[in-house]
Amino acid sequence: MNTNGKVTNVVIAGLGGQGVISASNILCEAAFQTGFDVKKAEVHGMSQRGGSVTTDVRFGNTVLSPMVPRGEADYLIVMTPEEIDRARGELKEGGVMITPDNVEFFDLPSARSMNVALMAVLSKHLDTIPTDNWVHAIKSGLKEKLHDTNIALFETIRSA
Amino acid sequence: MATATPIETSTERMLISGNQAVALACLHAKVSLGTGYPGTPSTEILESFDALGGRAQWAPNEKVAMEVGLGAAYAGAKVLVTMKHVGVNVAADPLFTAAYTGVDGSLVMIAADDPGMASSQNEQDSRRYAVAAGVPMFEPSDSQETYDMTLAAFQLSHTHQMPCILRMTTRICHSKTIVVPNETDATRYIAEIKWERDIPGRVMVPGYARPAHRRLRKKLDEMAVASDNCPFNYVSKGDGSSKRGIITSSISYVHAREAAPDCDILKLGMSYPLPMNMIRQFIEEHDDVICVEEGDPYLVEQIRAVNLPVDGKDEMYRFGEFDVARVKRILANDTTEEEAPPKGKPPQLCTGCPHRNVFEILRDLGCIVAGDIGCYTLGVLPPFTAMDTCVCMGASVGVGLGLRHVLPDEQAKKVVSVIGDSTFVHSGLTGMAEMVYNPPKTGHVLMILDNGTTAMTGQQEHPGTGRTLDHEPTGKIDFETMARAMGIERVYTIDPVKSTGAVETTLKECLDSNELSVIVTRRPCILAAGKIKEWETAATEKCGCDCQPTAD
Repeated sequence: MNTNGKVTNVVIAGLGGQGVISASNILCEAAFQTGFDVKKAEVHGMSQRGGSVTTDVRFGNTVLSPMVPRGEADYLIVMTPEEIDRARGELKEGGVMITPDNVEFFDLPSARSMNVALMAVLSKHLDTIPTDNWVHAIKSGLKEKLHDTNIALFETIRSA
Repeated sequence: MATATPIETSTERMLISGNQAVALACLHAKVSLGTGYPGTPSTEILESFDALGGRAQWAPNEKVAMEVGLGAAYAGAKVLVTMKHVGVNVAADPLFTAAYTGVDGSLVMIAADDPGMASSQNEQDSRRYAVAAGVPMFEPSDSQETYDMTLAAFQLSHTHQMPCILRMTTRICHSKTIVVPNETDATRYIAEIKWERDIPGRVMVPGYARPAHRRLRKKLDEMAVASDNCPFNYVSKGDGSSKRGIITSSISYVHAREAAPDCDILKLGMSYPLPMNMIRQFIEEHDDVICVEEGDPYLVEQIRAVNLPVDGKDEMYRFGEFDVARVKRILANDTTEEEAPPKGKPPQLCTGCPHRNVFEILRDLGCIVAGDIGCYTLGVLPPFTAMDTCVCMGASVGVGLGLRHVLPDEQAKKVVSVIGDSTFVHSGLTGMAEMVYNPPKTGHVLMILDNGTTAMTGQQEHPGTGRTLDHEPTGKIDFETMARAMGIERVYTIDPVKSTGAVETTLKECLDSNELSVIVTRRPCILAAGKIKEWETAATEKCGCDCQPTAD
């Protein structure tokens, strides 16, 4: 991965209520703590009622538009198999798609931890962001009672 | 979803949304009062301001918010008024005359547009309002500029004694970008609360309004000079390899900067009045100049109106949001058909949503449904397909009455107006007055779907919930009492989940009665029910008695 002078584009897709926005908050907080310029774009409102939700996170030395141009995502995270077809076009050629298949051999404490599990898979690709910053980001993005199980899950998957 | 994420204030860099940036600037500027009505994408501004310790309150609608704000600003207060773009239509009446009276303190109005209509019924361009009303306007491109321009807008408002618009869009409101706050700059002017009588200045009878209009135009001339010297209007240099220039504002700037690193860009942060001298000079210095702007061709028209040559986008780009790819197409004058983005899964009424039962009944009875704005607008989608019109806040009542007035009786008798609780308080009350005043000969049925919250925007309070913005108990409007007081005799309250059958039989009876009726279906939003219970319990404990302030 190259983040020197280049912007890293991540698109996270799923359905309203699946934790897409929490996942994007964790990622952008981790990138922010690392010192990158970070921008995140998302759409609220109507799309919250179970419909498709997409958030864009971009980080690097300088980020201009907050939206990932279509077909230019370095990483595409899809929270649910039914959204893969819709979201696939966001990914650039040679980009990495991360789906629930990537974590099928891990025990998730609950289905709601899918977002943290997929962030853990993503974290293995983003070697410029240290583990501590991810842990800090998970703490700031989730309620306190969820910290221990989710941090444990994150570390298990990240070190696997 | 509109949740007030606490932001830790710091003097170092922060990663916050545009909405949070407005709230933070208001905190730093020591804003006296924030008021508004919830509406995507603007909702989180007041919630964040409240969470930071600011004084924030929801008004029944944007017009009232604007009027409350204006009154406070007449008394010297520093006031923030927030709304989405269609809310500006509601607030337009006081806005236009507030431009004449001006303010003594300062008043900044947030107009949050929704290009592409992520969650709105139209994609109007609120920049037109700045011109039409004659009030200055700023347009930020990211959260830092939102913070800085909020402060500048209060300063400008106070200096020129004018209300000022900060025009945002969905991608400014809801994108998170880095902000480094500057509290020293924030407190350049501190509100001084005082009452001084100024009848010719504030009583807009024709004799006083005529000179007031002339004063307004003179202020706008002064502000045009200020715009030419405004640091938010500047040239961002390209790499020098192109002699082409771009004029742009708002979110379009960051797209354009990324799409065209070779071009110089005249970036307009204060976009009304426009810095015409700066624009003239920029056009003279470049071989050709194009305006890159989302929505209406506002900049193009303004610039061409003073006989300056400038290109605009093709009409096909009036529709929808911009992104870097679309801006590249505009710059290449590419008018070939755009590839439609793949359709996502549409939103739907939640499983367990109390509205579901109501729409099943409306569908099964073959009603003609005049609908309204809220979660329940989703009743238009399968499996219900039980909505026939949706126009603006409150329109269900008037549109339903209009249909009843002219349709043949057998069809008229099937017309039902369906409105939510927050929308009813916002704009339904006057419709109910019309219903009593000009009743159709077949009568009419108004259904108020009361789920105890402003659900669609993320569960905000309103005067029908009896709780303030921060969920403290306050006065409560009782819809049934209101309907009876207005002279409607058939008023029913039914739980649509516990007594689904009763909703159906009552609706049938009302439709057959040829009389005016109001049916309130009351059951808390399934997403809000838990929290509502908590707030009610907290209120009971505070009250110290065993009264039950529940909705049942």
